[in-house]
Amino acid sequence: MKKNIILAAIAALGLGAAAQADTTKVGFVYVGPIGDGGWTYEHHQGLLAVEEEFGDKVETVYQENVPEGADAERAMTQMALQGADIIFTTSFGYMDPTINVAAKFPNVKFEHATGYKRADNVSTYSARFYEGRAVQGHIAGKMTKSNKIGYIASFPIPEVIRGINSAYLHAKKVNPDVEMSVIWVYTWFDPAKEADAAKALIDNGIDVVLQHTDSTAPQAAAAEAGVISFGQASDMAEYGPTPRVSSIIDNWAPYYIDRVQAVMDGTWESVDTWDGISTGMVKIGEITEAVPADVKAEAEALRDAIGAGEYHPFTGPINKQDGSVWLAEGEVADDGTLAGMNFYIEGITGDIPN
Amino acid sequence: MDFGSINPVLLIAALMLASTPILLAALGELIVEKSGVLNLGVEGMMIVGAISGFIVAVETGSPALGFVAAAIGATIMALIFGVLTQLLLSNQVATGLGLTLFGLGVSALMGQSYVGIRPPASPRLTFFGLSEVPVIGPIAFNQHAMVYVSLALVVAIWWYLKRTRSGLILRAVGESHDAAHALGYSVLKTRFAAIAFGGACAGLGGAFLSLVIVPQWTEGMTAGRGWIALAIVVFASWRPWRVLLGAYLFGGVTVLQLNLQAAGIAIPVELLSMSPYLITILVLVLISSDKRRAAANAPASLGRSFHASA
Repeated sequence: MKKNIILAAIAALGLGAAAQADTTKVGFVYVGPIGDGGWTYEHHQGLLAVEEEFGDKVETVYQENVPEGADAERAMTQMALQGADIIFTTSFGYMDPTINVAAKFPNVKFEHATGYKRADNVSTYSARFYEGRAVQGHIAGKMTKSNKIGYIASFPIPEVIRGINSAYLHAKKVNPDVEMSVIWVYTWFDPAKEADAAKALIDNGIDVVLQHTDSTAPQAAAAEAGVISFGQASDMAEYGPTPRVSSIIDNWAPYYIDRVQAVMDGTWESVDTWDGISTGMVKIGEITEAVPADVKAEAEALRDAIGAGEYHPFTGPINKQDGSVWLAEGEVADDGTLAGMNFYIEGITGDIPN
Repeated sequence: MDFGSINPVLLIAALMLASTPILLAALGELIVEKSGVLNLGVEGMMIVGAISGFIVAVETGSPALGFVAAAIGATIMALIFGVLTQLLLSNQVATGLGLTLFGLGVSALMGQSYVGIRPPASPRLTFFGLSEVPVIGPIAFNQHAMVYVSLALVVAIWWYLKRTRSGLILRAVGESHDAAHALGYSVLKTRFAAIAFGGACAGLGGAFLSLVIVPQWTEGMTAGRGWIALAIVVFASWRPWRVLLGAYLFGGVTVLQLNLQAAGIAIPVELLSMSPYLITILVLVLISSDKRRAAANAPASLGRSFHASA
């Protein structure tokens, strides 16, 4: 009996090795469910695109709802032990777990989204969402009637703070009277809490809701109250033409296909990728007819200028919240400062939690 | 203290809305635990209720039918738990945890083709001119029907446990199933009924999330509310009015902290974020601080299996 089991195990191992020889195994670790309609949904679209592109040559595995913390290490380790060649870890909070697990599996390639720690077998990649936020801020500033816009923020990390600053900056540019309220909900995905946060903003007189959380719940709250909102991470087109008047779409597919190809070719190297509108990693979803034609044209011009590299959303003069100078006239923010952004710009009230 | 743009009337109306799912689930679990059964599967039953209600509401276009389906769906889940723990005498804690995991998985499966769909709107009730009355109107006369149902349930459960014969039997079964059995009461029947009721309430709570508060279907959307409901039952020392207090306190502080942030009140956000948990636990610990009385309030047979032969 025992012998049989051992034989079976050897056979299984042999099969596994044979399967490994001509297929590349690709793993994805997700922070939410693939049906969230936002962030994780778009990463999963990337996985599907990889399958579509390479067919039988790849084998994909993914795990949903992996908490950011010790459990993430377990999920990654399991994937690595199952023979994954490349593992995409798709949330900021997976940064340290990714580095730890990568150290144990030097032959497995890791790709961590939105973080800033790299290793020989760990690449980082992110999208310049703040470029999209600039377009949203422009529309928000033009569309608000109460001059109060609201922002549902997840965690106080540089990626989120960049988005808040960029949206506020561009709203303020077109509407000097605009005020912004930020609510920190400390979650990426909790539809009921996101809905409560949206309602709290609306009850406080806000008529444009921006969100940096992953579900479509704020869209539904905005629809009920008759205010406008923007799709986040995914198009959320089912909430158009209003409340959703535009969106930021994360388009990961081309990047994922590239990286898997590199693993197949043996040309994979640890890199830091940060792409935006220019490469199509950040897309602006259709601006609906709820937005007046002139505002729409301006927003599209802004999008195109950013895409063509003619305009950087953080171009001076910009002061920090305390009034000190951050960027002088005409000066453009460098990537290092942006990557570690931990301050509000002048005019935003409230403090960033630690 | 200046509360800026916060409108207390809207705040109270919002807290009643936000607290209702937890209140419904906690009331159901209160009855279950009063009968001596510990069902840790509230989260799983809630989410199955959320998707069952959502599917039926979308297919029929009727939110009311959706709520009925939610109650039925979650009751089926509860009955699985009942069969396993009451007939097959499995461990209640392990089975309850299993029920939660099963519920999360099966709801994701059921909901696969319902992602991103908008359910039919479940409008707030309006009572002719009453809803327009300042202050009282938005709070008392302009809520969703289920908010009134949940409040009526608090009164009904209190009345049932305190004043009816059947409520007395339920409590007797929960205190000492052997004694109740010896007196000729059917322990199994009573417990099955309680478990089914608990399931139905959890299902209604879940559907209130997916049909009214959010309203849409997303996997894992209960996000831990079932566990909060469980905790509130314990801290409320198994009394319906305290369950109401606990649920409204938790929902209230949650809504309040979001409003304080929206109004830009300068209180550290970290403090605000943890305040719902902190304040709810603190208050409920204080009101149940008389140790002897609190212990006496816990059903003595809670979590123990019963077999007529024993």
